[in-house]
Amino acid sequence: MYAQRVFYAKCLIWVFAFIPILRLVWLGVNDDLTANPVEFVERSTGTWALVFLLLSLSMTPIRLLTKQVWQIQLRRLLGLWMFAYACLHITTYVWLDYGFVWADIAKDIIKHPYVIVGFTAYLLTIPLALTSNSAMIKRLKSKWKTLHQAVYLISILVILHFWWLVKKDVTEPFYYAAVLCILLGIRVYYKAIASKNKL
Amino acid sequence: MILDNNKRNPSQIQPSEITPREVFEDRRHFIKAAGAGLIAGAIASTQATKAIAGEIKTDANAKKPAAKTGATQKTLTFKKTAYGEGEKLTKFEDVTTYNNYYEFGTDKSDPATHSTLFKPRPWSISIEGAVKKAKTISIEDLLKLAPLEERIYRMRCVEGWSMVIPWVGLPLASLIKWAEPTGNAKYIEFISANDALTMPGVRVPVLDWPYVEGLRMDEANHPLTLLAVGLYGEVLPNQNGAPVRLVTPWKYGFKGAKAIVKIRFVEKMPVTTWVKTGPSEYGFYANVNPFVDHPRWTQSSEKRIGAGLFAGRIKTEMFNGYPEVGQMYAGMDLRKYF
Repeated sequence: MYAQRVFYAKCLIWVFAFIPILRLVWLGVNDDLTANPVEFVERSTGTWALVFLLLSLSMTPIRLLTKQVWQIQLRRLLGLWMFAYACLHITTYVWLDYGFVWADIAKDIIKHPYVIVGFTAYLLTIPLALTSNSAMIKRLKSKWKTLHQAVYLISILVILHFWWLVKKDVTEPFYYAAVLCILLGIRVYYKAIASKNKL
Repeated sequence: MILDNNKRNPSQIQPSEITPREVFEDRRHFIKAAGAGLIAGAIASTQATKAIAGEIKTDANAKKPAAKTGATQKTLTFKKTAYGEGEKLTKFEDVTTYNNYYEFGTDKSDPATHSTLFKPRPWSISIEGAVKKAKTISIEDLLKLAPLEERIYRMRCVEGWSMVIPWVGLPLASLIKWAEPTGNAKYIEFISANDALTMPGVRVPVLDWPYVEGLRMDEANHPLTLLAVGLYGEVLPNQNGAPVRLVTPWKYGFKGAKAIVKIRFVEKMPVTTWVKTGPSEYGFYANVNPFVDHPRWTQSSEKRIGAGLFAGRIKTEMFNGYPEVGQMYAGMDLRKYF
């Protein structure tokens, strides 16, 4: 019944998801990636990974608020785009920023709290991406859900990563943190109601 | 101006760089004109009867002074020095669009776009504290204290990036001599402008305004220490700290107080803005030091602005490659006094 709607929504996500990449390529070709292109690409890919993370976390709140369920089928695609941007982000860091100098990268990760939390968040997304296909969902059964609840931890680590990286003006990470709080808050609220009704 | 630059550094200035700069300046004029339009719009809405006349008048008035500054005040006369020979200069466009100057906003592009209302003339600096007599010096008199020199200095930001900038200025020592500090003067404190009307960032309490920086007297008198009034042979753009800023190339960039309005000679170490903001992250000395890390940024290497997407990092040198300052810190534990 919703198959067509899901299909169109997925098409839209694919188009939308390619825009930031194409923009970076376009700016890169035109030598317009600001005075600090590496930082610009790092920031851009990181921000879009966060946006897709928050979008994937929005599907359940939409269900809770609207009682609609079809959009849950978009969650995997949104999550995988988050992973794709996270991969671009970390590639930018390892390659463009640190030029594969592993000793310096290791030092940077160990010494700087914002890098540790960001790197940890990235590592945690890998098993989620690997187990996102239908076969793995079937195979892992109830364990799959437990495993994928790691996304909550990832989202908090990512916000910390952004917050700690900022020198002084935390306005931008604050907005993202506020959105995450709302998304998690809705879940907690409905969970509280549900457990109350059970009693 | 552009021809001048070509003559001085034929190998370093590419003709391709000239276009973006003109485009950039055009954009500034456009922004100014747009701002004038906005003001005119406001006038129009409040004074309905004078709407059209008001618009035309404001627009014309706004354009004239800008054009005048461009024609008469931009070029500086200066002598060249050996500092920075062989360094590849960072593009004018990058030097003037990628700035940390929170008085105009916290984004790197904010200073260039939000500093158009700032007026660097008329300007004077008040000299206070441990001096024979408190006095004031106008920017014009300051420029007469010593012949202007061009100094090509590396600038290393605490955030892990660096530039090479051809500053024009005079040694701070010449102003100190004129100021006649007394024996009680152990440190020098710089206070920057914080005019909320023309500096929109000041309206937000990101930092404790006004911006305060400081040096020990020997650092202040060091021949490397410069009061910059220009860059690339031109009067300092607003976003780079017009009309006069401090440049201490062996220290992190934040030591360079911009738009200085007050200089105080003091006995005790000044509590500088960034030290107040994060004493565990920023020290009073703030000497470039690849061996003392920052909780956020790697300090052993840096990214050179303008080197491109695939250039990687370069090693950061002790005192940013100005070893001559080392003797001032002989015997000091630079891990403790970072």
